[in-house]
Amino acid sequence: MSNLNTGMVEKYRNNFLNEVEANVEEGEWVKMCMQCGVCSGSCPLGPYWDHPPQELFMMIRAGKREEVLESTSMWMCTSCYNCLVRCPRELPITHIMHGLAHYATRLGIEPKGQPTRQFAQLFWDNLAKNGRVNELWLGVNLYFMNGFVNGIKVAMGMAGIGLGMYKSGRLSIKELIGGHTVKDKSGFKAMIKKAQELESARVDK
Amino acid sequence: MSKEYSFYPGCSSQEGASSSNYLKSVQSMCDVLDIKLNVIPDWNCCSASIGYCGGGELPRLALSARNIALSEKHNQGQDIVATCAACWLATKETQERLDDDAGLMDETNQALAEAGLKIENKTKIRHMVEVLIEDIGYEEMGKHVSKPLDGIKIAGYVGCQTNRPFGIEGESFENPKYLDKFIETLGAEPVEKYDKKVSCCGGALAFSEPEKSQALIKDIIEAAYDGGADMIVTPCPVCQMNVEVYQDKINATYGTKFNMPVTYYSTLMSVAYGKNSKQSGLNGQIIKAKKLEEVASK
Amino acid sequence: MADEKKIAVEKKIGAYICNGCGIGERLDSSQLETTAKRDGKAAICQQHDFLCSEAGVKMIQDDIDNEGVNRVVIAACSRRAKTEAFAFKDVVVIRSNLREGVIWVRPDEDDQRETTQEMADDYIRMGCAEAKYANIPSASGQQSVNKNILIAGGGISGMTAALEASKAGYPCTIVEKSSALGGATAQLYKKIPTRAPYADPEDTGVDAMIAAVEADSNITVFLNSTLTNTAGAPGRFTADISTESGSTETKEFGAIVQASGFTPYDANNLPEFAYGKNKDVVTQMELEALAKTANGGAIKRPSDGKEVSSVLFIQCAGQRSTKAGHLEHCSGYCCSASIKEAMYFKDQNTAIDTTVLYTDLRTPGAGGENFYRSGQNKGVIFTKGIASEVVDGANPTVKFKDLILDEDVSMEVDLVVLATGMVANAGQPTRAEITLSENEAKEAGTEYKVSVESILNLDYRQGKDVPHMTNGFADSHFICFPYETQRTGIYTAGPTRRPMDTRQAMDDATGAAMKAISEAENAGLGKAAHPRVADLSFPSFRQEGCTQCKRCTVECPFGAINETEDGYPEFNESRCRRCGTCMGACPVRVISFENYSIDTVGQQLKAVDIPDEFDEKPRILVLACENDAYPALDMAAQNRLEYSAFTRIIPVRCLGSVSLSWITDSMNSGYDGVILMGCPSGDDYQCHFVKGSAMAQERMSKVGDTLETLSLEKERVQTYEISITDIQKVPQLINEMAETIEKIGMSPFKF
Repeated sequence: MSNLNTGMVEKYRNNFLNEVEANVEEGEWVKMCMQCGVCSGSCPLGPYWDHPPQELFMMIRAGKREEVLESTSMWMCTSCYNCLVRCPRELPITHIMHGLAHYATRLGIEPKGQPTRQFAQLFWDNLAKNGRVNELWLGVNLYFMNGFVNGIKVAMGMAGIGLGMYKSGRLSIKELIGGHTVKDKSGFKAMIKKAQELESARVDK
Repeated sequence: MSKEYSFYPGCSSQEGASSSNYLKSVQSMCDVLDIKLNVIPDWNCCSASIGYCGGGELPRLALSARNIALSEKHNQGQDIVATCAACWLATKETQERLDDDAGLMDETNQALAEAGLKIENKTKIRHMVEVLIEDIGYEEMGKHVSKPLDGIKIAGYVGCQTNRPFGIEGESFENPKYLDKFIETLGAEPVEKYDKKVSCCGGALAFSEPEKSQALIKDIIEAAYDGGADMIVTPCPVCQMNVEVYQDKINATYGTKFNMPVTYYSTLMSVAYGKNSKQSGLNGQIIKAKKLEEVASK
Repeated sequence: MADEKKIAVEKKIGAYICNGCGIGERLDSSQLETTAKRDGKAAICQQHDFLCSEAGVKMIQDDIDNEGVNRVVIAACSRRAKTEAFAFKDVVVIRSNLREGVIWVRPDEDDQRETTQEMADDYIRMGCAEAKYANIPSASGQQSVNKNILIAGGGISGMTAALEASKAGYPCTIVEKSSALGGATAQLYKKIPTRAPYADPEDTGVDAMIAAVEADSNITVFLNSTLTNTAGAPGRFTADISTESGSTETKEFGAIVQASGFTPYDANNLPEFAYGKNKDVVTQMELEALAKTANGGAIKRPSDGKEVSSVLFIQCAGQRSTKAGHLEHCSGYCCSASIKEAMYFKDQNTAIDTTVLYTDLRTPGAGGENFYRSGQNKGVIFTKGIASEVVDGANPTVKFKDLILDEDVSMEVDLVVLATGMVANAGQPTRAEITLSENEAKEAGTEYKVSVESILNLDYRQGKDVPHMTNGFADSHFICFPYETQRTGIYTAGPTRRPMDTRQAMDDATGAAMKAISEAENAGLGKAAHPRVADLSFPSFRQEGCTQCKRCTVECPFGAINETEDGYPEFNESRCRRCGTCMGACPVRVISFENYSIDTVGQQLKAVDIPDEFDEKPRILVLACENDAYPALDMAAQNRLEYSAFTRIIPVRCLGSVSLSWITDSMNSGYDGVILMGCPSGDDYQCHFVKGSAMAQERMSKVGDTLETLSLEKERVQTYEISITDIQKVPQLINEMAETIEKIGMSPFKF
């Protein structure tokens, strides 16, 4: 268990709802759920969630801290915002799902092997490096994220697609060396660093 | 006099990137409609909808805030226009969040200061289709049609993020009509009651959860075939890519024989406005849009 | 004076045919005129192109003034249209419906002209026949004006009714059983909010209201008092008000508001929740007392005085359940009450854990949803689940099934609150119900005793209190006519009528006070109450024909008819709603109204021209309730929905007023089919006279035998339940009858 995680458990004395309200993006809305279930019924990947949003909200209220944060559920969110626009209470459900995923990651208790979790981290690392996404490297990293041998297999499977993209001018080999980037890289990185510091200070408080 | 906007092309529209053909057709379209796009100098990625894992709230907001600040500095007084759904959504969301929360605004400016920037947050954030509907208008859009897309039946696939959570003014979340109106304006026929119009293609999860996403995509394409569509048109780069590029895989998994071209609204417009195949970005199609090619080569 | 009018000179019929709204183009007016004069015996018949215009109305008024016309037959639109234009004073006004009844329901085609004209001719004949047998009603002379309003109950509903009526200038008397005003609301710490933003509990306002009542010279209050006898009728009720000490005062009233409130459900019926065993399991009302004691400070639990740090509310405790001894209904206020009570804790200390265990959170009223959100905002946890047991212990432990997470949960808390429901203080069952229970008990070898005290002690043969409806509440028709009971002039308000919170009770009391005022005034003029407002007619009977069968007294839905010592009916006209159910009940046809009788309908159906069997022109008689079915037929006409040209429609006051003699007369006259259209009956009845349509259903179930003795097919008489919205259905039913006749053939009874 990470230090931050232990600290949080101490701090909130198992009052998970309070912890979520204080630390999860848009978490203050969780208590306003009225348990109608429209979110769960509107989710395109609904059947794949161990606990659909409605249930996650109830679990947070019931203090099921580990079950929620270690769950793969919110990593099933495709960010389609269907739940959000349909929620009769107008809760920012999509954002709360992202927020829970991020908070679990911050505490280091997120489901490590979850593919979306891995891809999402790759995406962030990719953009944070140059300020812009390098699609080729993103793809390469994605295919090799589960080790070299497996990566070759996946890459072979996706080769047709990559070739199609390449042929149609939508995948550039130039990206492998250098590629797109913001010019003010140092300013960009300083900005991100500062934002991260400010946010950490808020959570650690 | 041409209309000027502060343009945020986004990562996928860059040269050699997955929706570079989108940018090409947008440029052709704007050329005809006398729209001038001034790229935001040194813009950065918005982190899209998948950046939440690594980036917390504030780092993500800082990304879009930097773009707004740059626009306010260099393209003063111009509305920011994005062509990518995720870029538009992230930027608009940032603007809203910062407007609502003075504390966040303050912290964001502290971060921006590290890059020598400051955000006023007074710039309007718009999607290209908003510009077309609200600033140009269907009538004006129709006037420039020199090669009407007669006899082509098109499924208008709006998808998620151009539609939710913000959507286009005056349209419903469950059945937005503007793409169908675009299609009609250009002389083509929209698929009535296209029931996957606002369904999700899996978005970024097409990479991480390919089987689940491809099942969603299969339904989107199938519904277009059911409606008698010759092709699908969409305003979103992720939708375009997901729906177009996995068709072989889906065919292999499900035994289907999909070969459905998927283009952007701007592709249709460029062709209808008399631009050639290359100018319209048709060479960027993996599944060739043959009916559009025919019109373009007329 | 009334008698003078009745002697009134010969009946002179004036028939007036309108040619407007297309009637003139579609029908042969001169033919109609001939019919009116020849068959209808109209002394005068005139046509006008625009009868409801000033000139048209003046033409009629001139004939009334100068020619002595006292029976006016208007052959124009439906009786429901242009009522103000055709409101002639001191004459009988009859409407022959040529527009909605004829031209709008028939196609404008040449080959249809003949049957359409026949329809119109018949309606003229029917109108003239009705005119001949109808008289001008006038009040009985029994009436008297009494503006005093009696209010039974001095809770929030009773006090509101008194203050509202007093403000309108009507003196009120409150009779309160306990030693103080305020009722259940006075026992509350705070009430559910009544004003935006509906976010926090509000002061009850009871003290201020009591002060206002006491300061009002128009309001008299009797404390420690009950009603030991209530007799009479609207406008002339007399009530014995008896105090605990034994003195009795008799006072007279024009109308009564019953605001007798509720009794909290007895939680001792819930041993599964350890009530009575564990002191820290309390009801909502008991929590109010704890909160009152705390008065904004920390709430302490009963067992050991410990400050409560966790509390769980069990919703629907002993209610919304079909288990024996439980209440079947939802009491409507308890979810909001639990939110309010949870706020007592949260507002004092946000760290107190408050959980509301619910299955369906129901917060009715304008601010209900806001209040629920406010509760969530304050951190009250709402858990969807069903409690199965409260385990006794130093701290009670609630065992429940979480319905969202689908798991069994045990939760130990400092205090458990049971949201039990409301039992109406509605008094005793009717005499008929008591007799039934007594008989059942006798058969079972036991004895039945009425366990509740009467509220009103009515001196009515039908029972001591107003009849109860679903789940023991005293209401008659909560959708269409709130506050009305089945006893005219007696209006219920607050939780005796249906479960509700303080705010709703105050609204209710205001409505009931208004009803009481209008009935005191109407009764003073001898006019009917809702829905035949201002009708002056009342039932009378020919004593020499009466067989003292008592059907009228038993079947009257409003308890309006008592019996004399000789066993004859005694009509209390101001209790009467003029539905005519007594007339329909009377087997010897001796009951009638001046303007509605066996003859006014019977002669109409006989006036219809019945063609020869071989003409193949059947006749279908429709007796349609004027409240729902007739408007539905009118609306079908407005929508130009067609029905058979062989139809002849007669509106009736209520299906309950339909005399079986009309059915046999029509069969004997050669009608081929008869359709009765009344309001839905049963538990969710829509009958404007409560039981009328149900009585008719009952009576018509026996018509089959009569038809058999005449060797007629049963299908020839059909009874349907029609709602006012059944616009598409009514023409269909008529056309189905036309098809049926085509199938089974014409009636053999044509002469």
